[in-house]
Order: sequence, then structure tokens, then C-alpha cells
Amino acid sequence: MSPQNKAIGNIDQKIINMEKIVSRHFGQENSHRLTHYLKDKGYEAARKALTQMTGPQVIDEVKRSNLRGLGGAGFPTGTKWSFIPQANPKPKYLVINGDEGEPGTFKDKYILEQDPHALLEGIIITCYAIGSHKAYIYIRGEYIKSLEIVQGAVDEAYKGKYLGKGIMGTGFDIDVVVHPGAGAYICGEETALLESLEGKKGFPRLKPPFPAVVGLFGCPTVINNVETIACVPPIINKGAEWFAKLGSEKNGGNRLFCVSGHVAKPGVYELPHGTTLREIIYDHAGGILNGRKLKAVIPGGISAPVLTPDQIDVKMDFDSLKSIGSMAGSGGIIVMDDTTDMVWAAMITARFFADESCGQCSPCREGSGWVYRNVKRLYHGHARPHDLNNLPGIVNNIGGNTICAFGDAVSMSVGSYVSKFRSEFEAKIKERVCQI
Amino acid sequence: MPNLIIDGKQVEVPAGTTIIQAADKLGIDIPRYCYHPALPVSGNCRICMVEIEKQPKLQIACYTPVADGMVVRTNSPKVLEAHKSVLEFLLVNHPVDCPVCDQAGECKLQDYYMEHGQYDSRLSDVKVRKEKKAFSIGPTVMLDQERCILCTRCVRFADTITKTSEFGVFSRGDHSQLDVYPGKQLDNSYSGNVVDICPVGALTDKDFRFKCRVWYLAQTKSVCPGCSMGCNITVEWDKSRPHQHKVARVMRLKPRHNPDVNDYWICDKGRYNYRFIDENRIHHPQLNNDLISWDQATCIMDSVIKPLYDSKRTNRIGVLASAQLTNEDIFVIRKFFKETLKGAQVDFRVPEKPGDSDGFLIKADKNPNTAGALSILQADADANQIVQKAKQGEIDVLYVFGHDLVRLFGKDVVEQIAKKVKLFVYQGSNVNDTCGYAHLNLPSSVYAEKDGTFTNGQKRVQRIWPAFLPLGESKGDWEIISLLSAKLGTPLAYQNSQEIFQDIAATLAPFSAMTYEKISDKGMILKEGIGSSK
Repeated sequence: MSPQNKAIGNIDQKIINMEKIVSRHFGQENSHRLTHYLKDKGYEAARKALTQMTGPQVIDEVKRSNLRGLGGAGFPTGTKWSFIPQANPKPKYLVINGDEGEPGTFKDKYILEQDPHALLEGIIITCYAIGSHKAYIYIRGEYIKSLEIVQGAVDEAYKGKYLGKGIMGTGFDIDVVVHPGAGAYICGEETALLESLEGKKGFPRLKPPFPAVVGLFGCPTVINNVETIACVPPIINKGAEWFAKLGSEKNGGNRLFCVSGHVAKPGVYELPHGTTLREIIYDHAGGILNGRKLKAVIPGGISAPVLTPDQIDVKMDFDSLKSIGSMAGSGGIIVMDDTTDMVWAAMITARFFADESCGQCSPCREGSGWVYRNVKRLYHGHARPHDLNNLPGIVNNIGGNTICAFGDAVSMSVGSYVSKFRSEFEAKIKERVCQI
Repeated sequence: MPNLIIDGKQVEVPAGTTIIQAADKLGIDIPRYCYHPALPVSGNCRICMVEIEKQPKLQIACYTPVADGMVVRTNSPKVLEAHKSVLEFLLVNHPVDCPVCDQAGECKLQDYYMEHGQYDSRLSDVKVRKEKKAFSIGPTVMLDQERCILCTRCVRFADTITKTSEFGVFSRGDHSQLDVYPGKQLDNSYSGNVVDICPVGALTDKDFRFKCRVWYLAQTKSVCPGCSMGCNITVEWDKSRPHQHKVARVMRLKPRHNPDVNDYWICDKGRYNYRFIDENRIHHPQLNNDLISWDQATCIMDSVIKPLYDSKRTNRIGVLASAQLTNEDIFVIRKFFKETLKGAQVDFRVPEKPGDSDGFLIKADKNPNTAGALSILQADADANQIVQKAKQGEIDVLYVFGHDLVRLFGKDVVEQIAKKVKLFVYQGSNVNDTCGYAHLNLPSSVYAEKDGTFTNGQKRVQRIWPAFLPLGESKGDWEIISLLSAKLGTPLAYQNSQEIFQDIAATLAPFSAMTYEKISDKGMILKEGIGSSK
């Protein structure tokens, strides 16, 4: 293990031997500096795209690479770009979603802080592909260090003529603005992010129209996650086929998995799509802490329905997780061992959603708080049987009935605790005490 | 045009129409809180969900555009369950303080609970309390944040209709609360409308609070007499508590939807301009300070007018008619003073200062029927001259309809007139300074007691209906003229205002082909060629 890798500690030797893409510079000294980035073919992909390819060719390349949106929804990236109406005379925008707020997720932070130029190069290529000349990087307000580093990288790139007018001697103009969020989880939802960027309260918009047609300031807009865009330069450099081959079917490339909770070696792991959850927990993250037993695991951030130990042989890609009723989401894996009180875990989850519901539409606004108070009462042993019996019905009424996917998240995540660990909830009612 | 089926009924609507609009066209009532036809769609209440064939999820009817061949169901079990669940969520933190809430009886939470709810409460928790309960947010409106369901109708009204943007929703999740922005007050010319559009008891009208339960109210369609806009209104009056009538009959005025005139709105001046209907009225005919009967009053008038009529000196009669009167009143004035008493000098255009106006509903001309008066009374005399002549004793009779001459011409002029003319008649509904100088005061009814029509500034002839009987001994303006005419031996043939209107339509080209039935409650535009007789 090199000294640099020791610095971030949790990257296993086994993974270091694997082909790394997005995390290839992680842990190296001064990896956030332009000089460092240039040493490793930095900005070559952008030059290649700008000088040798047309926009549609870039889009086609990304389509064939099977790159999917790594913020959580897993929408095919190239397809998303192709929705931008080129005939529309309005300016087009690229917005980078760096509002990483999903509990259990901390991958974008690493990219922003350790390899910001990879993101900037991805931005250049994407803007070129969709015909945009302005990109906004919306970074979670609490990520103060990330904001500073990314701004520093943007300044360096402007100085080195990688951003600004006529970049790299081509005729292409591009401006990049770094924008800090103000602390609301909902601003990670792409249309709420646009509202926030426009200076308004972060409320998700009604859809359609989708941002590709009416986005930022009413103009066609592509919104992509930090990790997604950081994958673009390697695709252009090494080709779509190489990238597609890395992952599983229809899920190209690797992804950064954030492992936290009761594991021996929590951290960020770059692994191919389709690696099983068991491998991630036991082979890469060092197994359950202190040799205890696994009780439950959240596979894709707090919004994803919780999995039980018998489900961990699932392949970690968008389609496989969906098929077993959960979701790959943001890649935030939260591991819980047998000391975990699942009612407590459900309560923490419900509290988060009650806290972060934006309050725009009624089922989520009133429902998330109601669910939290209900679960809280269950946890504290103050509930009656009808409270537990009502809970699945209440969460079901939220899901599917709201403006954005937040309501579905409340419904699916809290609902999964009740359906999979019902006996623990019942025990609370019987014993009328808090167990752990 | 897309053709779709809603609940088995087929309807064809223009492209871009939403499902809720198509359903409204069919008379299918989809529940709604945030949707208002005059405001931008916000889609936040989620109660208007409908099932669309071949779509897995329910969709909100207020935002989903129709498509050709669409099959929509608004009453399937899945839809009814969704309506119920949204209602349950809205009531989770609602205080349900209906017994002390002014909205009770016209509250959409109550209505939809009866139609779509009727469930047993599943709530075991304490409700979320909010900061402001019964809190003044401006001169006209009170806010109760706990009753608010955050539909944002008021926010959108202030953002898009008045463009004053007083309201905002603050905080997040179930602690979200409606409020005015710090340092701002809801103080614009249309503030009362937010009370009308508020589907619950969150915004209540200071003027109406705790005055009357809404189920005691009767509604009569009318037209605001406050200016030449002629906004359509509903007069709401206390119908079932006659012991209250000595205090007041009219409890409030509400805007009445007319897309061609005022849409859903009225200004605050119009809204709160109703106290004169019950207050400060003239109840009896009066000779100087003595109460007299109608018979005595007509005899007195006849004794002065008859000799002038007989001796063909009718030019010594001056009449100041008014654009506050209905077309029917004005037509009878024309009939009597300009035809029977041919030669009398009649005008209605007293020198009034133009009032305030905006580019929306408030017009500078504060009379509801200037266009009607112009089209019925040919302007061949001049109000100023009539007053000057009266002052100099060049006429014997000055007959004034409702104008306050003291305010218009000054006290000295009116004093002079009272001395110089033989008969100074004031016919009006309310007491003003001129009454003290007039020899004869005749009580006439107000618009809310009249059947008739006004012609607004758009030249739209609009109906008003009588809400209740004239107060005291007052009578309709045209009825008083009829009495006088009959006394003079020249009876007019009208039994009611409809007969007068038929005569108007038969006599005056702009009104031809109009009937009360055709005018209905939306009005009809006058034909070109104002004022021309057939």
C-alpha cells in the first residue's frame, strides 16, 4: 500500500489492484491540483471530444457505454442528454448535482475534494455534447472544504484556459459557476435544485415538463450527479466498449459504494456494477464489526428499502436491486448488526424524512411527521396495537401520491422496516419498554 | 379536438385542457383545494386524483392535460381511497375547531369530509401547533395558521392577480406555515378576495367574523353599484332571524363569477360598501320635518306641478336624475318628465370629481349606470344650468334624485335654492346634507331592494334582483314617479320593472331584442348607436 493510500486508510489492497476509474487519483498527494491532473493525461479526453468528435458522437459514445445516472435514479445518461432540444433557441445549461444529502452517502465529497478536475473535464465534454456554454456546480452547503477545493480548481482551470473563452485553443466557450446549497435535503431532487439555484425555496416542480425541455431559468437543462460526470472523460479516452464491459448488463462501469455502519472497514469502494452485496460487506469492508452477525442492510441510501441477511447475494446494480424490491439509489450501504434495534432504526429514518419533507404537497408534509410520531411512540413503548396496524396503511397513502419521489422514499423505507421486522415492533407493544 | 370519456360520459374539449376543466364542463365535481380556475396550477393538495386507463399511478386532474381517447374515472375505489387519504392527511394537524370557526358551513374540509371522508380518526398523537392563531395580517383579514392547509391559493392570488406578493409559506415539513412576509401587511385594494378563495377557515374576514353563521344567509344575485365596472356580486343577507333585521339585513357581499366582467374578484371598496343598505336610511316621506303619507306627498307635488303642466310652463321644472338609478328608473323619469311634462329640463350629469381608478376593476366613474343613463336620457339640458336657474328662482320645481347638492355645489347655493324654488324635492334612499334643505324628502329603495338593470362601462346591461322588501315606507324610484304621474291624471302602464324593460327594448334601438331572460345573470352588450330612438 502506498503512503498516499494509507492516508485515506480504508481502501483495501484488493480494490487497489482492480481497475479504478473515478477513484484513480484518490489518496494521492495534491490530487486536486491541475498540475497533478495533467500528469495523468488530464484534459486529453476534452481535447479529443472538442477536436475530433461532434456533439452527437459524444452522446452516442456515452449511450453505448451504458453509463447510468449515479445520483440514485439510474437513468441512462446518454439518453438524458439526447432529450435536449437542439432546435430550441434558448441557452442550454448543465447543472451538476453535488448536493449529496442522502444519509449513508459520501462519495461525491471524495470526487469534489480529491479529483475536482475530473469533474471539470467531464463538464466540458458534456457541455460540448449538449451544446451548452454554462454549467453550474451545486454543492451541498455543509461541504465547506469541497466548495473551497472545487472553486480553487475552477480558478486554476480558468487560468490554464481549460475554462472560459476559446478553451484549449478551440473555439468552444464555457463558464462554470460553483454554487453552495443552503442545507435542505430536498434540493438534491433535481427540480428542487433548479428552484434553489434560481434563488427560490427548494420545492420540487410538477412534471412534465422535464428539465431537458424547461429547466434552469426556463431553458433546456441537463442535471447530472458529480460521479456520473466524472465518469465521462475515461469513456471518451478509452471508449464506450471498454466502459460497458466493466459493469453488468445495462449498467456500465464501476461505481463508488459508500459502506458505513457496523463493518470493520467503513469507507468508499470503487467496484464494478454487479458486485454482490455480500462481497462488498465481507470481502471489501472487512465483514461485520467485532465478528457479530448481520441483521439488516440498507443498500442504496436511507431511501432504499432495508434488506435482510438472506438477500445480500443480490448484485449491486440498478436492475437487480429493483427486482428484489429495493433500489441501488446513491450507493450508500448502511450495515446493521444484531445489536441494532430495528424500531429505533425505523424511527431514525422516519425522523429524517419528517425533518426534511419540504412541505409542499399534503400527503408527504403531514404524513411524514405523522409516521415519525407513530414510530417514535412505538419505540418508546407507548403505542397500542392499532398504532402498528395503522402504520403500513399510512405510509402506503404517502407513496405514489406526491409531487416528487420523496413521498415514495418515506413510504418504501419506513414500510420495509415494518414489514420485515414486524415482530420487533410487536414486542415493543407487548413489553411496553424500549429493549436496547 | 381531443375526445375523452370521464365516468362514462363523453366530452370534447380543446387541446391543452386539463382533466379537471373537462370534468367541470361535464358537471362532474372532482374535489379540489389548491386548484382555482383563475390561478396558476400548483398541484400541491393532491386531492383531485383520478384514475386514467393504461396509467399505473393516479394522476392529479388539475395538471394532467386531456388526450384523445383518454378514459378517466373519478369515482373508482382506488380514487375514492386516494381522496380519503389526502383528506386524512390534511386533517391530521388541523385543529378541527369548527364550533368557533367562521368558515363552518362553507368549509371544504367539512364538505369533503362528508362526501369523501367519513372515516374514524387514526391519530393518537398531539397535533402540531403553529404560531399564529387569530392573528391580524392587515386591515381586512385575519390569519389562523393552524387551520391553513397550505394550498397556496392566497399566495398565488397575491403573486399573479394583485402582483403585491404579500404571502409566503415559511419553514418546512409539517411545521410549514403561511404568513405575510416580515414587515409586510395584506393591505391592497383586493385583499378581501383571499378570504373567498381560501377553501378553509385560515383566512377570515374581519368585517364578517362572528357576525352570522353562513347557514342563516340567503343569496341574491346583484351588481355592485360602486363604480362603472359593474362587478357581479351576491348580496348575502340574514334570512331566518327576523329579530336581527332591525340591526342589519345584509351581512356581506361576495363576488359572483362573470368571466367577461370581474372574473372571480371584487375590490375591497365594493365588498365593504353595503352598510348604507340598512343604515342612515330615510324611512318615511317627510315635509320639512313632518312625517307624511305617500298620498299627502303626491298631493303636495301635484299641487305645484299640475298648474305648470296645465299652463304649459313645464320648462320651469328642473330634474337632476342620477346614474345610480336603474335603466328602468331612468326610463320612467324620461317617460314622465320628458314626455308627459314635455319641456322639463332633465340631466343626470352632476359635476362629480372622478374617483380613484386602477387598470383592473376600479373605475373612476363611481356610478353603476352612466352608460345606461346616457343611452336613455338624451343630454339636452345641463345639470349646472339647472342648479343655477334654481338658485336664481328661474324654475319653480327642483326634483333631485339622490345627489348631495351640498357636497357638489356648496351649502350657500342649496340654501338659496330652498328659498327661491316653490318645490324642492329630494328623492333618495339615504340621509345626506341636502335632505335638511329639501322641502319634500321621498324615501326610495336601494339597489338591493330593486328589480332592474344597470349598464356598465363596457355597455353591458346586467340584471339586479331584489333581495328583500324596501325598508320602512320606501319605494322604488320608478314607483314613486308612477304615483305622481297617476295623481297628475296621466297614469303610466307599468306593473313591474320587467314591463318597463320591455318598453325600453321596444323604444330604444340599443336595447332592442333584449329581455330579462336573455340578459340572465351574465349580461348583454348594448347595440351600437347609443341613445338613438327607433
